[in-house]
Amino acid sequence: MKSLGSIRRDFAPWNDPNAKPYIQFDKVTKKFGDFTAVNNLSLTIFEREFFALLGASGCGKSTLLRMLAGFEEPTAGRILLDGQDLRGIPPYKRPVNMMFQSYALFPHMTVEKNIAFGLKQERMPGSDIEKRVAEMLKLVKLEQFAKRKPHQLSGGQRQRVALARSVAKRPKVLLLDEPLGALDKKLREETQFELMDLQQELGLTFVVVTHDQEEAMTMADRIAIMDKGEVMQVATPAEIYEAPTSRFVAHFVGNVNMFEGKVAEHTANATRITGATGAEIVVDNGGKAAAGSDIVFAIRPEKIKVSSKKPADAVNALEGEVYDVAYLGDMTVYHIKLDDGQIVRASALNASRVTEDPLTWNDRAWVSFRPDAGVVLTR
Amino acid sequence: MNSTWSRFNITSIVLGFAFLYLPIVLLIVFSFNESKLVTVWGGFSTKWYVSLFHNQGLMDATWVTARVGVISATVATVLGTLAAITLTRYTRFRGRVLFSGMVFAPLVMPEVITGLSLLLLFVAVGLDRGFFTVTLAHITFTMCFVAVVVQSRLVSFDRSLEEAAMDLGAPPVKTFFQITLPVILPAIISGWMLAFTLSLDDLVIASFSSGPGATTLPMKIYSQVRLGVTPEINAACTILIAVVAVGVIIASIANKRREIQRQLDEQAAQRG
Repeated sequence: MKSLGSIRRDFAPWNDPNAKPYIQFDKVTKKFGDFTAVNNLSLTIFEREFFALLGASGCGKSTLLRMLAGFEEPTAGRILLDGQDLRGIPPYKRPVNMMFQSYALFPHMTVEKNIAFGLKQERMPGSDIEKRVAEMLKLVKLEQFAKRKPHQLSGGQRQRVALARSVAKRPKVLLLDEPLGALDKKLREETQFELMDLQQELGLTFVVVTHDQEEAMTMADRIAIMDKGEVMQVATPAEIYEAPTSRFVAHFVGNVNMFEGKVAEHTANATRITGATGAEIVVDNGGKAAAGSDIVFAIRPEKIKVSSKKPADAVNALEGEVYDVAYLGDMTVYHIKLDDGQIVRASALNASRVTEDPLTWNDRAWVSFRPDAGVVLTR
Repeated sequence: MNSTWSRFNITSIVLGFAFLYLPIVLLIVFSFNESKLVTVWGGFSTKWYVSLFHNQGLMDATWVTARVGVISATVATVLGTLAAITLTRYTRFRGRVLFSGMVFAPLVMPEVITGLSLLLLFVAVGLDRGFFTVTLAHITFTMCFVAVVVQSRLVSFDRSLEEAAMDLGAPPVKTFFQITLPVILPAIISGWMLAFTLSLDDLVIASFSSGPGATTLPMKIYSQVRLGVTPEINAACTILIAVVAVGVIIASIANKRREIQRQLDEQAAQRG
């Protein structure tokens, strides 16, 4: 079977019509004065899912998280957790915990006391608290730092304390607000995998807010792309990347080439597109666009092949001139200026050390791609 | 930067410090004077310190001042902290600008006016002037100083600490006492010390609002000086200076130590 991004997933409750939703945003709107932070948004998250809210700053993703935690009440709409309407329930009575972007560690308490704070509020017996704190310290590998105060820890250690504190109460849902935002790049990459392992180990539902697409792609089962208080698309990382449903999503995640055009004709299993490129483009997945309608054909740079001669078997081939070449080591990025003036970005993996068909500035070149290499976007 | 000791630098430092401390040094030196005349040196003696402790009037005044200071500083700290919290947290209520202006106006209000208006009020409501009215007056004028000190700390307070506490199950009141209060406690203590010091050396407002039987130390000293300065007063002032100086030195050493410890800790944390 052909599958997007060639990842086989066993865990996919969103494809199961009988799966019970765990968190439901039902037509939720949040206004701050005249500003609408979240606009009539509906979203379903499933149990044990690692869900990412991805968007630029000010898109409403943090507001959504804060409404789930109880720090903000929706202006309209409902939020359900495990079937229970959360309206009017204060943050200290909700079965969710949050890890803050600033970590918000209590500066006057030791690591141990920080982790125990939530358990004490539950009036858990002292011996159980001790046991749980020890367990949490072991989980985040901070056993020897139990008696330290937050300012005696490095950034990465503080992040782990914050994590331990927020999972200590075994919440139904863990909310993470830019959990890796304050870490440097190398530490961030390591921590991404640690977070994924932790989620598997604890079997919790994670909702993470981030503006870093790589982070979201790495960690999440599904991603919701947000813009101006609305959800643009909710899908797996592979679907988001390979089958975006709008120009915004295609642009937001990764690099993309866009060709404006018109649907000329639908044949049995293909769609012909004519447009600004002069030449015709044939695709096999344009069925949803009506004949004659204006569309955009979007294709990722790595799906485009660059060659000095027109490939004999190519369905789609456009001619132009090499405008720019960037050699990045693992791959080379070409900017090809087509004869109609549009610049196409194509990247080629440098799978071998020597190439038979080297291209350089101002060479004539052909770009070609398969009928299933891109997507037809109607909005 | 030029760090050599030029003649100009030395001269200006000597003159500057002389300007600041010569009067105080003179006061301290003459408190150990054998002679009864304040300005003539008659040999070293500590007899004025001994006689000071037998001067019932001065001892009573000291006791009154201490009680007024502690009570007024404590009440002013509670009220000032509440005002500071209201002003930093509830930024959208009606009349906030007016309220904050009114809280801070006493900072610049001439003491004579504060004192006089308090006196008029006490007379108008028929309050007998005495210990109670001085304390009330001191609460009034020190509260705004506490509010300023606590507010400056609250502005830089990370609200997500409180949100984290609530998120972990602590209701708002518990959050305040377990998280907010401990974090801003140093500022509250500074506020209390400031209020106490202000109350300790206030003469003007106390003169207006006090009555028989509630003479504070500054009032007592002032009234005795009008009858002629005795070395006994010098001795009393020297003790007062010593108390304040010791307090300041302890506070700054503790502060410095904490700062150094914090830096060491942070360096250790960075090393891992």
